[in-house]
Parts: sequence; structure tokens; C-alpha cells
Amino acid sequence: MTRLTALIKKEFIQMRRDRITLAIMVVMPLFQVLIFGFAINTDVKHLAAAVFDQSLSRESREFIEALTATEYYDITCAASSLQEITDQLQAGGVKAGIIIPPDYAAGLKNGRGSQVQVIVDATDSIAATSAINTAQLVGESKSREILVRKLRAAGIAGLETSALDVRIRPWYNPDFITAFYMVPGLCATILTLTMILTTSLAIIRERERGTLEQLMVTPLRPYELMLGKIIPYIAMGYTQLTVLLLAAKLVFGVPFQGSVFLLYLLTGLFITASLGLGLFISNTAKTQMQGIILSFSFIMPSVLLSGFMFPREAMPTFFYYLGYLVPITFYLKIIRGIVLKGASAEQLWPQILVLCAFIAIVMSVSILRFKKRLD
Amino acid sequence: MNIAIKTDGLTRKFGDFTAVAGLSLTLPAGGVYGFLGPNGSGKSTAIRMLAGLLLPTGGSGSVLGLDILTQSEEIKKQIGYVSQKFSLYSDLTVYENLDFYGGLYSLKKTERAGRIEKALALTALTAQKDLPAANLSGGWRQRLALGCAVLHKPRLLLLDEATSGADPDARRLFWQLIYRFAAAGTTVLVTTHFLDEAEHCDRIAFIQDGAIIADDTPENLKASLPGALYKIPSPDPVGLLEGLSAQGHDMSGAYIRGQSLCVRTVGAPPRFAGDGTQKIAPALEDLFIYLVEKKRAKRHRP
Repeated sequence: MTRLTALIKKEFIQMRRDRITLAIMVVMPLFQVLIFGFAINTDVKHLAAAVFDQSLSRESREFIEALTATEYYDITCAASSLQEITDQLQAGGVKAGIIIPPDYAAGLKNGRGSQVQVIVDATDSIAATSAINTAQLVGESKSREILVRKLRAAGIAGLETSALDVRIRPWYNPDFITAFYMVPGLCATILTLTMILTTSLAIIRERERGTLEQLMVTPLRPYELMLGKIIPYIAMGYTQLTVLLLAAKLVFGVPFQGSVFLLYLLTGLFITASLGLGLFISNTAKTQMQGIILSFSFIMPSVLLSGFMFPREAMPTFFYYLGYLVPITFYLKIIRGIVLKGASAEQLWPQILVLCAFIAIVMSVSILRFKKRLD
Repeated sequence: MNIAIKTDGLTRKFGDFTAVAGLSLTLPAGGVYGFLGPNGSGKSTAIRMLAGLLLPTGGSGSVLGLDILTQSEEIKKQIGYVSQKFSLYSDLTVYENLDFYGGLYSLKKTERAGRIEKALALTALTAQKDLPAANLSGGWRQRLALGCAVLHKPRLLLLDEATSGADPDARRLFWQLIYRFAAAGTTVLVTTHFLDEAEHCDRIAFIQDGAIIADDTPENLKASLPGALYKIPSPDPVGLLEGLSAQGHDMSGAYIRGQSLCVRTVGAPPRFAGDGTQKIAPALEDLFIYLVEKKRAKRHRP
């Protein structure tokens, strides 16, 4: 116990002396959550679009107005040829091209129906999906409107409402505010990044400075060294969590449905799991460079597989299950569950158990792998 | 006799390279022992095996009666170790470093404070105790490292080229400390490539290519040099050596030292010796040269 206390005290002194790192650890998460929180919006609005309106009729203008009214399209270019639309899309000046044929108005009038072509730049799949959905919705509602008008003109009434009424109630985030979904996820991502990186360098730094050799000739036990390297940074993790949650609440207005106490309690598990993972890397890598590269090769895929940005349900089976190997997948369920849905500890049991098992495994492996020898 | 260190055929290989080749020695407790040898001779590897930092690939050994293969953690509680590298925390102050190591050796708070004060006084670092260790110069740092290594009153002190980065004055101070610990009953084992430091030891083991080539007190070692040593002053010792070789004299035991030529001969003084030639008492350096030459000659013989 005396040995562990001495080690923890030493780590805190070193942390305090390194003012710049300390500042980075507190300020960087804040910057990151602000940048990502404001910048990431999967709801792609105001896509620049070019229109080649060959009909130049009241009907075609109505259709274009309906599109722009959704705010998903901004008509930035009135093209005079098909070639012009192609050129604009190629150059990236517009993301969509809308082509209305010369017989558009005539087709609607005589009941043959008309076609509108929407060309979408699908290099950015999120933006493209958004544009396609909007165009389809506008097309459908426009054609129903025309149909109803025609039926009424023909004397048939009673189809003011649809035959089938599907009522959708988006719970937990009714206004589809991306930040509500993103910011808790960002907290998880930023925490895992800083925690893994911090400890991944912890042992390597001592090795490179030659202090590890001196520690090895003392009676210090491997488990004491590992705990001594983790405990001080749990405090660091909680500081970051507090900064991040304050930003989530005060800047983004994220509603906290669940217990903040439970969130702090369970975040402790996630922080420890991430720190343990960093230690594991630190025991494997030989130089600080290797440690950083190894950390990032773990962090990048784990963030992507976790469901932070892309829904896990959309992943191929293998990758869906691969996501279960990283702690952040489980923590995302915890933080989103507590913050947005007010989940209770009982509902989060599976995640809690997995995180505990994860900590037990990485810590035992790190302790067993660490040998107090130079060879 | 109380034995501090005993090894039997201690061997360490790194791949194809044999760093320590069958080291066998017995060191009684008490006194200062020196491993003397050039860089790469295997001294550090040997001392690291004794400290439990490296596992031997062959042979056996015991330190303070404990097996180095199976009881290295017990050994670590009773030894102090200072390596050639500065291995303390440069961002911690002198006092914080001592406090940290005191904690690692499980010294309780009040006892620790007392021992730290004593260590500071002993190493003459009391005035510097609140300075970051980074601000200390080479010799001071090594004194601090020594202070950290003796807080738990080790029975054996292993010093691996601990003075290599220090200036002569700092080295002298460091050796004063070594004598103090030895006088208090601590067994001290030092590795060094400084011949003058080796003279300070009670017993020396010459190590070359991972093996002991001589092992005795400095006096006995010097006395073991066969023949007598003559010093021939000359303004041009290089010319003199080349001239004598050309005349067919056996110059295999001759070497230049400053403005004179040293010749070792068995029996009568060299025939060619001129005015001012004097018989000199051999120093460790002379024996070292003799032993290295002898080993080299043996190696070249088929």
C-alpha cells in the first residue's frame, strides 16, 4: 500500500508539473466537442442545385418552388442546356441537377403524366441520400395534390386524407436535433481517445527515460505499477467528463433525462477500461512512436464500429459483431441511454457487465505480461 | 564466512553473442569489490543478472544467500542499485525523488523523513533538496541516485559504472560515500573502466570477453606481474620503440607512456637500456596491459 501511494503521489506531481499537457487535457476536449458538435450535421440542408427548366410553365415553377421550400435545395444556377448541368456537377459547383422536360406542363394537363429528372452527385452518400429523399417526397406530395385537384374537378370528393394514415412519433429526440445525438457520442469518443493515448505512453516513457530499470530493481509489484498508472488518470477522465457534460448542457442544451450520478458512476468503468487498454498498448509497444501509432490504429476503427456516426444496424454481420470487442460500443449505449432516454442501471446491466469483464481482462493481461526484467 | 555473492558458471547469451561466459566467483560479505573491464566486456550484464534485471541463460548464482533465478524479488528488497544512466525523475525535486523511492521500499512516513534527511546530509544535497533533479549536474545526479538506492539500508550495493559521467572531483566525493557504506558493513560491488577507481577496491576481478581473467586484491594483482618493469625516458619514445624492434629486440612487452618507454622483462634489465632507466613498481594499468596482451596472444594462437 505504501508503494502504491508513493507511485500515485509521484504521478500526480508529474501531472501537475507538466502544465501544458494538463491544459491540453482539459481545454482540448472542450474545443473538440464544440467543433464536432456544431460542424457535424447529418441532416444535409441547402444543397446547391442547378435547374434546366425547359417547360418554363407555371407548373414547372410550382415544382421548383416546392423543392426550395423544403430548404434542402438552393437553386444557384439556371442552366440553359443539359451540358451545363453536367459541367456544373463535374466541377462540384452544384450537388444536384434538376431537369424539367419541355412537355412537363402539357403532360400534367392531359393526364399522361410527366417526368422530372434529378441528377445527384453521390460521391458524398449522406448528402445524396438526403437530396434523393427530399426529391421523392416532394414528387409524391405534388402528384397527390394534382390527383386530388383532378378528382375534385371531375366531381369525386372524399379523398382529402390518405386511405392509410401512418403516424410517426419520434421519441427521445422529437425535433431530430443532431447535436443531441452527437454530443453524448462525442463525449465517449473524446474520452476514449485521451484515456488510451495517456496510458499508452505511460510505461514506454518510463522505459525510454531509463526510470523503468530503476523501478524494476525495487520491490514494486507489477499490479502496483499498473494501478499506480491508472488511478491518477481516472481523476483526469472525470475532469474531462465534467467539462464535456457542462458543454453539452450549457452550449448544446442537451436534455439530461436520466441520473447524472449514475452516468458518473458508469463512466468510471469506461474510463478504467480505456486506461487499461492504453496500458496494454504501453506494454506491447517499444517506443513512444509505436505507442501512438498502435493507439490510433485501435481508436479509429473502434470509434467507427461503435455506432458513434454510422448506425451499427447497417453494418455487415461480421463488422457488427466486431464492434462488440471495443468498450466504446457499450459505453455509447450507456451515455445515450442515460442522457437521452433516462435509462436506469437495471436497463443497462448487460453493458455494465461487459465493461467490468473488459477491465478485468485488460488489467490481468497487462499485469501478467509485465515482467520486471529487461529481456 | 558470510557470502554476499556466489556464482557458478553464470552465462548470458543474446542470440549468438555471449555477453557473460561462465562467470564463477565467490565474494564474502563486507568490502568493496570491483569488476574492471573495457566497454562491452560483460560487466554490466553480469551485475544486471545479480540485480535480477536479466535472467541467466546458463549457470547459477546466489545473492545474500538467495537464488537469483527464483528469489529475485526477495533479493530486490535487500539490494541497492545505481546504473550508469541517470534513472531518476528529472521533473521531480531532489526531495520528491527520495520520498518516492522511500515509499517504494515501504518505509513508513516518519521513518522515511528521518532517513531522507540523513541521506541528504550524507550526499551533501540538503541545500538542493527543493531543486528539480533536472537542474543537477552529472556528479550531483549520481549522488542523488545513490541516496535513493540506500534509503532502505541495503546489505548489498550494486553500482554499475555509476561514476562514468562525473568529473574527477565528483568521482572522489562519490568514492568517499562508497567507503562510508562499506565501513558501515554494506557489501559494495562496482563496475568500472577507470583503473584509478579499481585501485580503491579491496578486491578486483578483471573481466574481458565475458570471463574473469584475474581476481585478487590490487596488491596481489600488481605483484603477480611476471618479471620487472623498466622505464626508459626518451624524447622520442615512438622512434626508440621502432628502432629497437628493427634491431631484433623482443619488444612484445613494451609500450609507450608519455615521454618514456616501458619495457617488461623477465630476469635482467634490458641490455639496450640507457641512462636514466629505472625499475618501476607496476601499477594496475601495467598488469591490465599484460593480461589483455596475454589473452590476445592466446586467442591468436591456433
